[in-house]
Amino acid sequence: MENLTFDWQYMIDVLPHYKTALWLTVKLAFIGIAFAIIVGLICSVIQYFKIRVLSNVVQVYLEIARNTPLLIQLFFLYYGLPKAGVTLSGELCGIIGLTFLGGSYMAEVFRSGMEAVTKSQIETGKAIGLSNLQLMRYVIIPQAFSYSIPGFSANCIFLLKETSVFSGIAILELTNTTKNLMGIFYKTNEALFMLVIGYLIILLPLTLFLTWLERRVRHAEFGN
Amino acid sequence: MLNSGISVLFEGINLQRLLIGLLATLRVALISVLISIILGIIIGIIRTSKNKLIQIPFRIYLELFRIIPILVWLFVIYYVIPANFDINLSSEVVALIVFSLWGTAEMSDIVRGAIISLPKHQMESSKALGLSPVQMYRFVLIPQAAKRSIPPMINLITRMIKTTALLTMIGVIEVIKVGQQIIEVNNLQYPTASFWIYGIIFFMYFCICFPLSRFSRKLEQKWAA
Repeated sequence: MENLTFDWQYMIDVLPHYKTALWLTVKLAFIGIAFAIIVGLICSVIQYFKIRVLSNVVQVYLEIARNTPLLIQLFFLYYGLPKAGVTLSGELCGIIGLTFLGGSYMAEVFRSGMEAVTKSQIETGKAIGLSNLQLMRYVIIPQAFSYSIPGFSANCIFLLKETSVFSGIAILELTNTTKNLMGIFYKTNEALFMLVIGYLIILLPLTLFLTWLERRVRHAEFGN
Repeated sequence: MLNSGISVLFEGINLQRLLIGLLATLRVALISVLISIILGIIIGIIRTSKNKLIQIPFRIYLELFRIIPILVWLFVIYYVIPANFDINLSSEVVALIVFSLWGTAEMSDIVRGAIISLPKHQMESSKALGLSPVQMYRFVLIPQAAKRSIPPMINLITRMIKTTALLTMIGVIEVIKVGQQIIEVNNLQYPTASFWIYGIIFFMYFCICFPLSRFSRKLEQKWAA
């Protein structure tokens, strides 16, 4: 029990490592989520309009991405692909993996958001002579956006947490940094404490922001 | 070059070893899923209580598992408990603890959500009929809540199975670890082994999770009507 003490000086000493790692985590997650949103949007539009062939391709992608663990996707990209002649850096693998996984989750959320827009809305839009593009831009997307916000924020938090899996492919983000520091100094309690704090620093403000956003966009919902 | 690598799978007992590793993965998943279903239903019912003293601690418990990544939980339990409390935990036991705690938290939220989404008059009319609380849950609430909670429960189970991939990071000898061992042993003879081994593990996970998520979607569509 007497071991459960904290070496505060040590924690201050390793603070710079955590700062770099925190920054890297945020950066990779941000890029990954941004690409995931783009991929998700494209896939959901394809599925919504049931474009031939393409929507089948998207379906296969969604099933593969959603039913396999990120760690294996990353291992395959990072250790497997170089054998097939494609060598990618760790960070690039991480971003690709996160986009691959996140895109499928985002697509699902956006698609159900678009399907939640009532038929009468679309018919009215057509009746007043909006083109398909205008219909998308002014009628469907604003409402679908507000419907998909809860799922969207859950996905953002999920993807941010998934960056911890990057430690499997030698990216020096929070979890991997902690693992290394524990290996070098054997200050387990301090390192893991900092790790948990690190995630709280990222996720608590994000959670609060997303809750605020959720309330804010509700105004766009029809009938409010 | 790449084509020759696939024969690493059929070398000796490699494929058999991978499957045994997969069994270890599934064992952890199965046991923790069972524990979380049982505890999750109990805690889920308790959490429908309006008492703040009951609600808040369980809410904090749930949020802790939602905010902190599972990999971090695995590390925390794996490194902190043995170092500070002189208890020896094998990595598989750590995995079972973390997955059961996480699963219970999420299951309880699904069950709670399903129960409170039931129309209020269901509960009121069963009270008016003079059912005891146990009878009310047994005959009225649970059968209805089950239909709403089983599809998300299956989704959670799929997620738990996928997350077992992380066990390799705390040294459980499961399918990925076995795969890595095979890759290392055969590295000289089959330089492309990693492509095929990770590919096959990828495929194995897909084969387990795909039917489950398909099944849950079918149930959802069937019961939605």
